[in-house]
Amino acid sequence: MWPSARCRRHPAHDTVSPVIEVNELTKRYGDTTAVNALSFTVRPGRITGFLGPNGAGKTTTLRMLLGLVEPTGGSATIDGQPFRDRPRGLRHVGALLDAGDVHGGRTGRAQLAALARGNGIGRRRTDEVLGEVGLAEAAGRRVGGYSLGMRQRLGIAAALLGDPPVLLFDEPLNGLDPEGVLWVRGLFRRLAGEGRTVFVSSHQMSEMEHTAEQLVVIGRGELIAAQSVTEFAARSTRPGVSVRTPRAAELAAVLTAEGAAVRPGGEELLTVTGLPASRVGELACAHRLPLHELTSGDASLEKAFMELTADRLDHRAGETR
Amino acid sequence: MSTAAERTRFTDLLAAEWIKLRSLRSTYWVLGGGALLVIGINANSAWTNARRLADMPPPPAGTAPHFGFDPLHTAFVEPAWQLFMVLAATVGALSVFGEYTSGLIRTTFTAVPDRRAVIAAKTVVVAAVLCGLGAVVAGVSFGVTQALLRDEGGLSIGDPGALRAVVASALLAPVCALVGMALGAVVRHAAGTVVAVVGTLLLLPALFQGDTYRWVKEIGNAMPLTAWGRLVENPGAAALPEKYPVTLTEAWAVFAAWPLVAVVVTVTVVCRRDV
Repeated sequence: MWPSARCRRHPAHDTVSPVIEVNELTKRYGDTTAVNALSFTVRPGRITGFLGPNGAGKTTTLRMLLGLVEPTGGSATIDGQPFRDRPRGLRHVGALLDAGDVHGGRTGRAQLAALARGNGIGRRRTDEVLGEVGLAEAAGRRVGGYSLGMRQRLGIAAALLGDPPVLLFDEPLNGLDPEGVLWVRGLFRRLAGEGRTVFVSSHQMSEMEHTAEQLVVIGRGELIAAQSVTEFAARSTRPGVSVRTPRAAELAAVLTAEGAAVRPGGEELLTVTGLPASRVGELACAHRLPLHELTSGDASLEKAFMELTADRLDHRAGETR
Repeated sequence: MSTAAERTRFTDLLAAEWIKLRSLRSTYWVLGGGALLVIGINANSAWTNARRLADMPPPPAGTAPHFGFDPLHTAFVEPAWQLFMVLAATVGALSVFGEYTSGLIRTTFTAVPDRRAVIAAKTVVVAAVLCGLGAVVAGVSFGVTQALLRDEGGLSIGDPGALRAVVASALLAPVCALVGMALGAVVRHAAGTVVAVVGTLLLLPALFQGDTYRWVKEIGNAMPLTAWGRLVENPGAAALPEKYPVTLTEAWAVFAAWPLVAVVVTVTVVCRRDV
C-alpha cells in the first residue's frame, strides 16, 4: 500500500486521543445478543475498517454509535459525548448507513436540501457536495429512479454536507462500479488525510485490504481484533506454501521431519504450512528432489479473517442451525 | 474542520420539514384532490337542492321559507367531510410512516439527533398546512353553497352558527392530521396506518351511538366526527331531540384534546423506539 505516506501522516499514532470510544457496548433483542460487551476505540487521521461476517453486529454497533438504537448496556461516544445528546448532527458526524434510507419520491436535491436546512447549512453547500459526488446532473431526478451506485453517492453527499470531523460508512462500496470503488477509496484517503476520523464497515476483507490501515474485527457481536492491517494479516496461522513435485511422498517426509505440517492437495501437489517457501526450496534442493512449482501464499488478510471468524459465523453455508 | 458555528434554530427544522412535505407529489395529489372533491360534493348538494326548491310551490306567507330545509347543512355534507378527515389524517400519517417505511427516519435522526425537535417541527408544519387547506375548503364550501342557495334562504357568514361551522370545519383537518401522525408513529406501516385512521376517525364514532346506554353515547360524543357534527349544526334549524347531547363546550374540548394527546403519543413513541 502506501507505507511511506502512512508514516508521514501519523508520526505519533497512539498519542492522538481516540474520537470514537465504545465501551462494553451490549445489545440484546430478546434471547439474541447482537452485540456483546464490545469495546474499541477509533482514532482520527486514518481509515479504520470495521470488519465482520454478515450478522456480526456491525450495523447494530454503528446504529448505537449514532443513537438510533438504544444499547442494552455499555456506552458509545463520539468526541466524548453520546451522539444522541447533540441537537444537530451533520457538523459532527457524517454517516451513510444504508443508501436505501431515502424517500424514493423526492429528488436528490430536495433530499439534501431538507437535511442541510435542518442543520442550518446553506443551499450552496448542497450543490457543492452534489457536484463532488458526481450527481449534479441527476440532482433534479427522483431518487426512486437512481441506481444503487447513485444512491450510494447521494448518501455520501449527505455525509459530507456538514464538513464533519467524523465519518461513518456502512458497506459503502456495495453497488458501486469499479470506477466508483476507486473514487470512494480516494475520497476516504483524502478525508483521513485531512485529519478526520473515517470508520468504514465491510464484510469483505479484500475491500479493506486496499482501503484501511487500522482494523476493528468482530464476530457474533464480540471483538476479535483491533489492530493494524499488517499486524492482523500476520495473525494468519497458515500462510501456506504450495509445492508441486513428482516425488511428493518423499518431500512430504522431509518437510514433516523439519516440523512443517503437510497436506496433500491432489496429484503431486502439497500444501505446506509452518515453513517459508525459501526453506521448502532449500530442503528440496538438499535432498535432490525436483520441484515443478513452488508458490508462496503470503499471509493475507482474507485468510486471517476467515480463520479468526470461522467459529463465529452466524450464517454458514451448507449447515443447518 | 467545522469552522462555521453550529446553528440550532427551530425555524431551520420547520423549513426542513416544509421542504420534505412539499417535495412529495403525493402531498399535492391527496390534498389537492381531496379539497376539490369535498368542495365539489358540497356544491353539488347545494345545486341540486336549489333546483329542487325552486321547482316547489312557494311557502305560504308568514311561515319560514322551506320549513325543514337547512341551507347550512349543504356546505357540510357529512360523507364529504368524512372523506376529508381521512385524507387529512393520511397526509399526517404519511409524514411519519413515510420516514419509517423508507428508512429515511435513520437519515433524519442522524442529521438531527434531537428527535423531539424533529417531531415538534413536523407537527407544526403539518398542522399549519392542513389548517390553511381546511380554511380554504371550509370557506369555499360555505361561500359556494350559500351563493347557490341565495334565493332559498342561503346564509351569510354573520348568521348565527355560520362562522362557528366554518371555523370548526377548518380545524377538523389539522385535528385529524395530528391524529394520523400519532397512528403513523405507532403503526409505522402504510396500509395498517390507513386502516387505523379509518377505524379511529370513522368507525369508532359510528359504533358508539344511540341513547340506550349513556356511557356508550358519551364515548361517541368524545369523537372528533361527533364533535364536528355538533359544531356545524345550524342553531336556526330544527334538530332531533337527543337524550345525551354534546354541548358546544364539550365539542370544542374534544377538538383540543385529540391533537394534544396525539402529539404526546407521537413524541413518546418516536423518542423511545429504536430505528
